[in-house]
Amino acid sequence: MDWDFIHRFTPMYVEAAGLTLSIGLMGIGLSLLVGFGCCMARYFRVPVLRQIAKAYIELARNTPLLVQLFFLYFGLPKVGIRLSAEACAITGLTFLGGAYMAEAMRSGIEAVEKSQHESGACLGLTRWQVLQYIVFPQAFATAVPAICANVIFLIKETSVFSAVALADLMYVAKDLIGMYYKTDEALLMLVAAYLVILLPVSLLFTLLERRMHHAGSGSVRPAEGT
Amino acid sequence: MPDQALSVLLKGRNLERLLGGLGVTLELSAMSIVLSVLLGLVLGLIMTLRSSIIRAICRLWLETIRIVPQLVLLFLVYFGMAKTFDIQMSAETAAVIVFTFWGTGEMGDLVRGALTSIPRHQRESAAALGLTKVQSFRYVLLPQTLRRLIPQSINLATRMIKTTSLVMLIGVVEVLKVTQQIIDANRYDAPQAAVWLYAVVFFLYFIVCWPISLLAGWLEKKWS
Repeated sequence: MDWDFIHRFTPMYVEAAGLTLSIGLMGIGLSLLVGFGCCMARYFRVPVLRQIAKAYIELARNTPLLVQLFFLYFGLPKVGIRLSAEACAITGLTFLGGAYMAEAMRSGIEAVEKSQHESGACLGLTRWQVLQYIVFPQAFATAVPAICANVIFLIKETSVFSAVALADLMYVAKDLIGMYYKTDEALLMLVAAYLVILLPVSLLFTLLERRMHHAGSGSVRPAEGT
Repeated sequence: MPDQALSVLLKGRNLERLLGGLGVTLELSAMSIVLSVLLGLVLGLIMTLRSSIIRAICRLWLETIRIVPQLVLLFLVYFGMAKTFDIQMSAETAAVIVFTFWGTGEMGDLVRGALTSIPRHQRESAAALGLTKVQSFRYVLLPQTLRRLIPQSINLATRMIKTTSLVMLIGVVEVLKVTQQIIDANRYDAPQAAVWLYAVVFFLYFIVCWPISLLAGWLEKKWS
């Protein structure tokens, strides 16, 4: 193990981790918005939008991010739509993540019993009030583990961005392997970088889920991307 | 424009090659899925044991596959093994090893979850009714476990199929790589074919994964 090499190139990894994180966070933020939009379109049964949301969710959940990215980055420029690598990455991540987030939120809302909606309506609350004061607080507790799992899943998915020439962690590692043939060191730093990013997130989410009292039904954490 | 792509697709053996690429994708996924399910069942049973050492090891396995991206695992096995231990393997072998390692962990956790989610009174009631241990497993515990397990494992299978697209990045010639080759070969005659051909791959994946997801959703609804 060449520690000098590791020491010399750590700043490159830090920079790349910054890029991975900033794109990941932006994608996750937008995913939550898109997911919420889709979820609401389906909850309020908005005509047309609801069908579009459903089709979108099925499309995004049943295709790999890499193929979506290739379409955006290598396909679209041929018909005159040119996006930067960053824009492609964020669009791709949002396209994928939005669908997963929508499903996570929907499962949370569906877990709230129907009698809760009805009781709310009986009390004279409007549909939006029922949602705001009765459904959301309960749905939140159920949806949080799934949303957390999706966040981790999306951060991991950012690793494919190296394929569209974005200088993320994966790209730096590939670069160093290619230039210096320091495979061990480059891969070690790569794994270490993901551990540094994701281990605290993972631990934090485990704590959060425990507080939500969701661990009762056996499964500690839902598998990501379900 | 679409006709340009169509003519590229139908030219020579392009369509055949594309479907061949899809075959490689499916073959790799099928191998990994079968291995993961078999090993995952064993791992799941082991995970329910009360030994704290075994638990710690399983926990470490799970955290590893959940934190390290699959692409990184692929690089570790394909490039790392070759450099460090001088183990040369084909990219396909590396892919199956990684996906099985990952799938087994996930499957094991699903099995564990399904087994432990059955309330204890089910086992006790079966005993109270005079069922033997084998009978209570066969008629009471197993059906309930499977009902929870099957939809989730089908979902895992679609995830594995989707994840196999990553293997092109370590040099396996699968459906996405074949598409790239076809596009590169026709770069000058039909430059705009690229967008349509990528759309074709997109829909190929969708056609494969969607029915499987629908099946999982249907089973889940039926058995819940």
